[in-house]
Amino acid sequence: MQNVVEMNALVKKFDERTVVQGLSLAIPAGACFGLLGPNGAGKTTTLRMLLGQSPLDGGSLHVFGLPIHEHARTVRRRTGVVPQMDNLDPDFTVAENLRVYGRYFDLPTVVLEKRLRELLEFVGLSDRADSRIGTLSGGMKRRLTIARALINDPELIVLDEPTTGLDPQARHMIWARLRELRTAGKTLLLTTHFMEEAERLCDELVIIDEGKLLEQGTPAALIRRHVEPEVLELRGQEENIRAMLAGLDGRLENVGDTLYYYARDARPATARLEKQLGTSFMHRPANLEDVFLKLTGRDLRD
Amino acid sequence: MHATLPRWRSALQVWRRNSLVWRRLMGPSLFINFGEPFLYMLGLGYGLGFFIGNSMDMPYLTFLASGILASAAMNIASFEAMYSVYTRMVPQRTYDAILAAPIEIQDILAGELLWCATKSVINGTAILIVASLLGAVHDWRAVFVIPVIFLIGLCFAGTALVMTAKAQGYDFFNYYVTLLITPMFVLSGVFYPVSSLPHWLQTVVQILPLAHAVDLLRPLVSGRPLSNAGLHLAVLVTYATVGYFIAAHLIRKRLLV
Ligand SMILES: Nc1ncnc2c1ncn2[C@@H]1O[C@H](COP(=O)(O)OP(=O)(O)OP(=O)(O)O)[C@@H](O)[C@H]1O
Ligand SMILES: [Mg+2]
Repeated sequence: MQNVVEMNALVKKFDERTVVQGLSLAIPAGACFGLLGPNGAGKTTTLRMLLGQSPLDGGSLHVFGLPIHEHARTVRRRTGVVPQMDNLDPDFTVAENLRVYGRYFDLPTVVLEKRLRELLEFVGLSDRADSRIGTLSGGMKRRLTIARALINDPELIVLDEPTTGLDPQARHMIWARLRELRTAGKTLLLTTHFMEEAERLCDELVIIDEGKLLEQGTPAALIRRHVEPEVLELRGQEENIRAMLAGLDGRLENVGDTLYYYARDARPATARLEKQLGTSFMHRPANLEDVFLKLTGRDLRD
Repeated sequence: MHATLPRWRSALQVWRRNSLVWRRLMGPSLFINFGEPFLYMLGLGYGLGFFIGNSMDMPYLTFLASGILASAAMNIASFEAMYSVYTRMVPQRTYDAILAAPIEIQDILAGELLWCATKSVINGTAILIVASLLGAVHDWRAVFVIPVIFLIGLCFAGTALVMTAKAQGYDFFNYYVTLLITPMFVLSGVFYPVSSLPHWLQTVVQILPLAHAVDLLRPLVSGRPLSNAGLHLAVLVTYATVGYFIAAHLIRKRLLV
């Protein structure tokens, strides 16, 4: 199948600082592709280059097989964008936001009005069609931004942190919608800081840091490749815990006030811990967050 | 050069966006932009006109009305291209949103230019109607005032967009208003003939666009013969085009980083 996006040795510099350093990746048509990385990793910058909103300092970038530099307009005509920061038009109502935006794509009025109604339905904002943007909650704005990104019936949808700042209900609603879009055959490219979101939605993902690719694969494959299947999260005196678990073949890591114990089989450890008072622990399967922290380190960014 | 030519269909959608916002706030907007020129015509036209009497080759009210038509077009286009464009570009991030659609910087700016000129025309038309009701208009050729005001709008919007491209905040525009707009308003023949000024100052005034705008409008309103029309038009077109291309270049560097 053809790749919708192909990046080759992509480079971006701000002044003398290189923030994207030779990034290469390919996104197959119909995939939901995740772009993960800590704050400042270069996710937004990469997406902006992909949309022709930021010139490349090196490498090549093709979308729909077209070099972005000469074909930004064509690429954007076929792409939907949910930016990291909402930029809905505060001068307009919900419906007008979609209408005005649809006109930027030269959509005929009949098509536009039909799609507008369908999209308001799709994101559950039909009864707010005439509300001003200032009166919407954060979740409603985000849903409207998603509807706006779909107004041109795009083949590729680029979502920069679509669920940041939303409550669980709104997040689940957006996840459901994104899955529907994926089922409808759209290609999705999304960034997120919620590893659970990436794990649930993405067929394939990359983890980048400081503009470099660290890993690529399906969520399950990455977890298998990098961490033991079982995890204990422990709280208590570090020396006590270390002493208790001494001799077991798991791996202990310290993050803030929590110790993480990674093992192929955690039962020997839980058996010991259950006999001890003063240590609280949680036993769970390994997840993408463990992989992310292992690969990108545990230090704060920015 | 090729890259900065707009796609007109996209530019018109940007124009349409602005006109939609304006229609909603049209009452207050018209009232404010129109009230001041009206006050000038009423107060100065009758007040000063009383002293000036017949010393000019046309009634002072006619002289003044044609100057006010030009300066009002300047003010409206300049302020729209500075304050409103800056608001859309920076705090409101409207352009960021538009740039995710198949629209480029040059289309946005062409749309903004057209819109600023349109606002000048809307207000200019209202002023023209009042001026003729006051008996200041002497020639049917005054209908050509409308397209000339559109061009004046383009001229001052193009120039002001260069300021907007460089502005880091609204305060920056005060310099432009104080150093250029106000001196032009006072010196470019709106209230008295430019020929009353010292020679060196006349030269300065002739380099700036407002005097040319006045020289185009006054004959059309008063029915006097129009001279040097080609030169006046060329000056206005040059300011509009050069401003547009410089602004497009600067705003591209500013937004597409
Ligand atoms: N316009 C700019 N000028 C200078 N530096 C910039 C600019 N935009 C981004 N950067 C820098 O480039 C780096 C990458 O930023 P980017 O926004 O792409 O990160 P990100 O992965 O999207 O982070 P986050 O998760 O916080 O959104 C950061 O160090 C940022 O400070
Ligand atoms: Mg970002």
